[in-house]
Amino acid sequence: MLLLALDTATPAVTVALHDGTASFGTVAESSQVDARRHGELLLPAVDRVLAEAGLRLDAVTDIVVGVGPGPYTGLRVGLMTADTFGLALGVPVHGVCTLDGLAYASGIEDGPFVVATDARRKEVYWARYEDARTRASGPAVDRPADIADEVAGLPAVGAGALLYPDTFPDARGPEHVSAAALAALAAERLAAGAELLEPRPLYLRRPDAQVPKNYKVVTPQ
Amino acid sequence: MADSRDEPLVLGIETSCDETGVGVVRGTTLLADAVASSVDEHARFGGVVPEVASRAHLEAMVPTIQRALKDAGVAASDLDGIAVTAGPGLAGALLVGVSAAKAYAYALGKPLYGVNHLASHICVDQLEHGALPEPTMALLVSGGHSSLLLSTDITSDVRPLGSTIDDAAGEAFDKIARVLNLGFPGGPVIDRYAREGDPAAIAFPRGLTGPRDAAYDFSFSGLKTSVARWIEAKRAAGEDVPVRDVAASFQEAVVDVLTRKAVRACKDEGVDHLMIGGGVAANTRLRALAQERCERAGIRLRVPRPKLCTDNGAMVAALGAEMVARNRAPSDLGLSADSSLPVTEPHVPGAGAHSHDHDHVHEVSKDNLYS
Ligand SMILES: [Zn+2]
Repeated sequence: MLLLALDTATPAVTVALHDGTASFGTVAESSQVDARRHGELLLPAVDRVLAEAGLRLDAVTDIVVGVGPGPYTGLRVGLMTADTFGLALGVPVHGVCTLDGLAYASGIEDGPFVVATDARRKEVYWARYEDARTRASGPAVDRPADIADEVAGLPAVGAGALLYPDTFPDARGPEHVSAAALAALAAERLAAGAELLEPRPLYLRRPDAQVPKNYKVVTPQ
Repeated sequence: MADSRDEPLVLGIETSCDETGVGVVRGTTLLADAVASSVDEHARFGGVVPEVASRAHLEAMVPTIQRALKDAGVAASDLDGIAVTAGPGLAGALLVGVSAAKAYAYALGKPLYGVNHLASHICVDQLEHGALPEPTMALLVSGGHSSLLLSTDITSDVRPLGSTIDDAAGEAFDKIARVLNLGFPGGPVIDRYAREGDPAAIAFPRGLTGPRDAAYDFSFSGLKTSVARWIEAKRAAGEDVPVRDVAASFQEAVVDVLTRKAVRACKDEGVDHLMIGGGVAANTRLRALAQERCERAGIRLRVPRPKLCTDNGAMVAALGAEMVARNRAPSDLGLSADSSLPVTEPHVPGAGAHSHDHDHVHEVSKDNLYS
């Protein structure tokens, strides 16, 4: 088994190859933080990771992709890339919640705790975990102040937590998800025969679409 | 004549606006033109909503690629290249297509060509009427653009002679349709009503046609306001609005200026071919008046069938095939979507663009994936 994992739901453009054997099965990895250039950076990163591992794309048996939640434009880059790889290679594409990848990477064994990423517009994407592998609720998108009571006293992981210390006083890293963590989590779940998610984006918000106001009169009244 | 099997087989992806288009061509022969449109999802908003379009592209892409390959009866491994609209267009929408094209080209080990949407609108006519004459004069009219372009080589030289200084022609159709409560998009419905109306009923103004005005630029904003005022005056007076006559007179004002300026540009530049493309080129009155005026001026008119005038993947594939045929340098894997890609850049060659051999060698790894 050779998993190619990628995630573009946070400012990190992250790609990893994983042999699927154990939680330390990462073969090669690349992570760059640049929230505005997911589209440009992702394919060269895939190419670099494969070159580093001395492998070719057609050796990959499964694609793993972070399905967010995350800012839409970047999020779609990863999903579209994963979908198209799946089509071209004829291999399955598995979705994993990006926040689950962060929870897994946190290494927190005893919860509860919270994962929060930056949703922009002064909001966070967040979910609550029992432990590093078990999501208790969410994901959801909210203003930090509105969830302060719910998360009070809990450790919080991710850039969204670090951004709002009033709501998340016990904030810690990692800031962004890593594809290596995503791949390791997916490998565990696949080995256990668990169902992964469809590779569809978790937008959580409806598209911004203002119905244009009724026709504006041009004749001066 | 060369065996058409020698001509480049290219798949093209278009996502600059609300159509997810995937086309397959061999040289100048159309093999497949698969389009999934999200236009119905935009109708209630009265215009294209970028986020709605981007979401729809992501959903539609893989099935549309599969449909195009099936319609064309070719295998992905047979392709000689993947072309994609790199711009101009809606940034988020373009990015979905560019991401798909890059991943597809990389996984298949095929060269990638990021191409210009406007040049594609011109090149698509090769699928209908054979190789483009050089030079070709092109009038591109749609909801996003209204331009007069002169091209001596569609892969390397496209010169803008003029364009709209305010609204695109298609935008004016949408806005007038909204004032008349005819829904969105406005082009087809105005065309339909206009067929039963009198184009000379109301004398609406012709923008930028004075002796001192820019010869090849367009302006439709004044016309739009003038039509809206006329309708409002009727309504204010409690009279019925003669929808058919308004539609016909408005449409006549638009196509009169478009065709007059296009024919003048041909004469001034000594070009004896005029190509009309873009969504508004599907307008029946524009096609008829252009035919009449071109005949009178001794100009040969080329207008593709309506389905090739609106946004589609075949036009992207057509330009991609021409890029392959003329040995243009492929794009690299860092290709980005450029929402304001200038019309003077028909394609986006890779940073290290150098040679012309692309026998399926990877741009970054230099590794032949399927050797
Ligand atoms: Zn167009």
